[in-house]
Amino acid sequence: MTDFWSGYFWPTIITILEVLLIAVVIAVSMAYLTYFERKVLALMQRRKGPNVIGPFGLLQPWADAVKLITKETIIPSGANTAIFLIAPMVLFTLSLVAWAVIPFGDGMVLANINVGILYLFAISSLGVYGIIMAGWASNSKYAFLGGLRSAAQMVSYEVSIGFVLVTVLLCVGSLNLSKIVLAQQHLWFFIPLFPMFIVFFISGLAETNRAPFDLPEGESELVAGFFVEYSSMSFALFYLGEYVNMILMSAMTSILFLGGWLPPFGITPAHAPYGTIWFVLKVCFVLFAFLWVRATFPRYRYDQLMRLGWKVFLPLSLFWLVLTAGVLVWTGWLPVGA
Amino acid sequence: MIVQAICFYLFAAVAVASGVLVITARNPVHSVLFLILAFFNSAGLFVLLGAEFLAMILVIVYVGAVAVLFLFVVMMLDIDFAKLREGVVRYLPIGATVGIILAVELILVFGAWAFAPAVNQSLAAPMPQAHVTNTAALGDLLYTKYAYAFQASGVILLIAMIGAIVLTLRHKPDARRQNIAEQVSRNRASAIELVKVKTGEGVGEGQGVR
Repeated sequence: MTDFWSGYFWPTIITILEVLLIAVVIAVSMAYLTYFERKVLALMQRRKGPNVIGPFGLLQPWADAVKLITKETIIPSGANTAIFLIAPMVLFTLSLVAWAVIPFGDGMVLANINVGILYLFAISSLGVYGIIMAGWASNSKYAFLGGLRSAAQMVSYEVSIGFVLVTVLLCVGSLNLSKIVLAQQHLWFFIPLFPMFIVFFISGLAETNRAPFDLPEGESELVAGFFVEYSSMSFALFYLGEYVNMILMSAMTSILFLGGWLPPFGITPAHAPYGTIWFVLKVCFVLFAFLWVRATFPRYRYDQLMRLGWKVFLPLSLFWLVLTAGVLVWTGWLPVGA
Repeated sequence: MIVQAICFYLFAAVAVASGVLVITARNPVHSVLFLILAFFNSAGLFVLLGAEFLAMILVIVYVGAVAVLFLFVVMMLDIDFAKLREGVVRYLPIGATVGIILAVELILVFGAWAFAPAVNQSLAAPMPQAHVTNTAALGDLLYTKYAYAFQASGVILLIAMIGAIVLTLRHKPDARRQNIAEQVSRNRASAIELVKVKTGEGVGEGQGVR
């Protein structure tokens, strides 16, 4: 019986507590990301942004949350009810489960699995289902068009993201995210792989449906795209999912290219809590870049989006993949994987 | 051990159930969604076997790419269900034959495993010992022993891809295409012409337009 308690019961309780901790931290960061976005956009456009509720408007996200929760959930009469209700849950759940393998610091990871990067890639490629299901189940032309656009866009940009990941893996020799970070102790990968860093960042914008690639939502032509029929909490779940995906994409960028929890130039020790602080700072920097892009660039046209994905990024990332592999073999730097 | 057994029966039961629902669901979109559920549970079974690489690849390739395109197509189709059910009796013998052949083959393969344990020793590539991740083990085999087979399958896929492109590519001579280099290289001199317009005469044909 002691075997049951020490072998299953307590580890399960501890894991559940860790999961809750991560989920709560992510949910709160997501709430403040909306505030951050509105403030950054406002400052870039010489406005004030939210400043009424709480000091500096800091309680605005909570007010928004209360407003969304107290609204009425409307299910359109022509909708496919089951799929209509499952879609936002799928999207939100998928955006949360990916965090299981993200290392927040040295050894601070929920599941340190061997194929961490493949897991992340698999989960991020599933995000499209929430959108496409929502678009179809709403039984509305705008939502359907938004869903189709989103599916085509996410499938297209996944290809170049995959090649970028393979290039990074070639330099590391492991699929484990902690090992990817540790391989950057001397040189962060964004320096030798700079073009891939840019490709990854832009593909990340497209993968999370952010401006300038926010065609699935395209307010001007599709009203709000795939979630036009949603209201109240089901709408909030889409919103939450989108922002959590943004944070996830920033965390992936930090881990793959910006050295994860490693401090720049070794100016502080890498162990907790310094490592986690550096990681959070890097994620915030990439998120700021996301918002910066949104405030700067106009939306792409659909054919331009497809052209960029298939005719520019795909050949470029493929070329860099072959080049990286060639250089690594030629110089004998190819890591012999464990 | 008991937790693993519970997980196995959960994944296996859901996989089989969703497999049955794929062919019995009335709505084809529901069928595809159940197919995705079946893929997921198979990935779960792979994880239980310790083949985490295969599990992830299954999710990435089948769920993340193939099924998305499948769903894409099925959603756009306007299927008449009554018409779909008409030919069931006619095609039943063919379907049943194929199903029985597959079932017999599976029974033969796994039966050999159960009745003659010595079969295990004749495996071409047995599972490597511990402390080799299965990603590395697969790579070691695929790129050395089975390099030719691997390359050949790659070439077949490439040919299939080219074939698909050739079959669907249509040249539209009157389609207007965007030439970004041309647009970017436009300057004031090549894009604007200032014309003095006399009152009551207007701009002549072709003037002021480039």
